[in-house]
Amino acid sequence: MLNANCPECDADITLDPSAEVGEIIVCPDCGVDLEIISLNPVKIDLAPMEQEDWGE
Amino acid sequence: MTKRLKIGVLYSRVRVEEKWIFSAMEKRGIDYERLDDRVITFDLENPAPWQTFDAVLERSISFNSGLYALRILNAFGVPTVNKASVAEICGDKLTTSTMLAKAKVPQPRNMVAFSTEAALEAIESFGYPVVLKPVVGSWGRLLAKINDRDAAEAVLEHKATLGSAQHSVFYIQEYIQKPGRDIRAIVVGGNVLTAIYRKSEHWITNTARGGEGEICPITPEIEALCLNAASAVGGGVLAVDLVEHPEKGLMVNEINHTMEFHTAQPISGVDIADEIVSYVMNEARKGHHGKE
Repeated sequence: MLNANCPECDADITLDPSAEVGEIIVCPDCGVDLEIISLNPVKIDLAPMEQEDWGE
Repeated sequence: MTKRLKIGVLYSRVRVEEKWIFSAMEKRGIDYERLDDRVITFDLENPAPWQTFDAVLERSISFNSGLYALRILNAFGVPTVNKASVAEICGDKLTTSTMLAKAKVPQPRNMVAFSTEAALEAIESFGYPVVLKPVVGSWGRLLAKINDRDAAEAVLEHKATLGSAQHSVFYIQEYIQKPGRDIRAIVVGGNVLTAIYRKSEHWITNTARGGEGEICPITPEIEALCLNAASAVGGGVLAVDLVEHPEKGLMVNEINHTMEFHTAQPISGVDIADEIVSYVMNEARKGHHGKE
C-alpha cells in the first residue's frame, strides 16, 4: 500500500505506482516538498530546504 | 567480445528529469548505477571502484557537489557528462560571460567590480535600470533589477554586508527590455534538439519562477548561436538561454550544464532524456576505446 501521512500537516498521501526513492513530491494539502525515503515500507520526510548553490 | 559498458548517474533528487533518464537507460537495457551524492564518498588514494564506470552522467542539484565529483572523476580518468571544465564555466555565470566574450558570441553587456564603490561607478556608467546577478545561483534567485541610484546603494550594501565573499564579486548586466519571454534551447553534442519560449509577465522568465513554455522554431540563426555558445564553454549536454534584445537581436544570456527540461520535453515531443543517454553512451564508448 503506497500510503503515508504528511509529516507537516498529517494529510493522507497516496503515492503514484511509479514513485521512486529519492523522488520529491508535493503534499496536496499543505504544499510542502516531501522526499520519498523508502517505498517498502513507505516513508516520507520533509525535503531539504533549497541551498544557495542549488540549480541546474 | 565487447565489454558491457557501465554507466553511473550522479544525482541528488529524483526529479522528473532523472525519472525520464533512468527510464531511458532501462528501456535500452543499459547497465547503470544510481549514485546519490549525499551517500557517496571518494577515497582519493583508491580510484579503482570509480574506474569501473565507463562514464558518469552528473545530475547533482548542488553545483559544488557536482563540480568536485566531476573534477575527481576526471582526475581518475573517468569520462563524465559534462566534463568538469564545462561545469566550472557554466556553473559560474561570470565565467560563462567571459568565455562567451572571448568567443565573440553576442550577449548582454556585462561589467564586473570588486568593491561597492567601483560597482556603483560601473552601474552609473550603464544608466538605469541594470541587473545585479550572483555569479553562482540558479532558478532566478537573488537577481536584482536596480531602477535608480538609491536602490543601487542599498542592494550593494546588503550584498557586501549580508552575503558570502562570493557576493562581493559584483556582476552587473545591462537590463534588456525583452518581449515578455526568453528562449531555452537544448543542445546535445553538435545538435540543437529543440527550443521553447519561456513566457512570463515578470522580468524573470525562468519556468522555475512560473514562466510558461511554448515551442520556438529553431531558425538557422538560433541554431548557429546555440552551437557557437555551446562550443565556447566546451560543449556537451547544455541548455542555452537566449534573450531577444529589441535593437541588437538574439543574444546568449546563460548556459546551464545540468539543465532541467520538464517543460521542454513534453512541449516539443523530443525525447531529450533518451538523447542525453545516447550521448553518454557515445562518451563511454570513446573512453573505452581509449583504454584498449
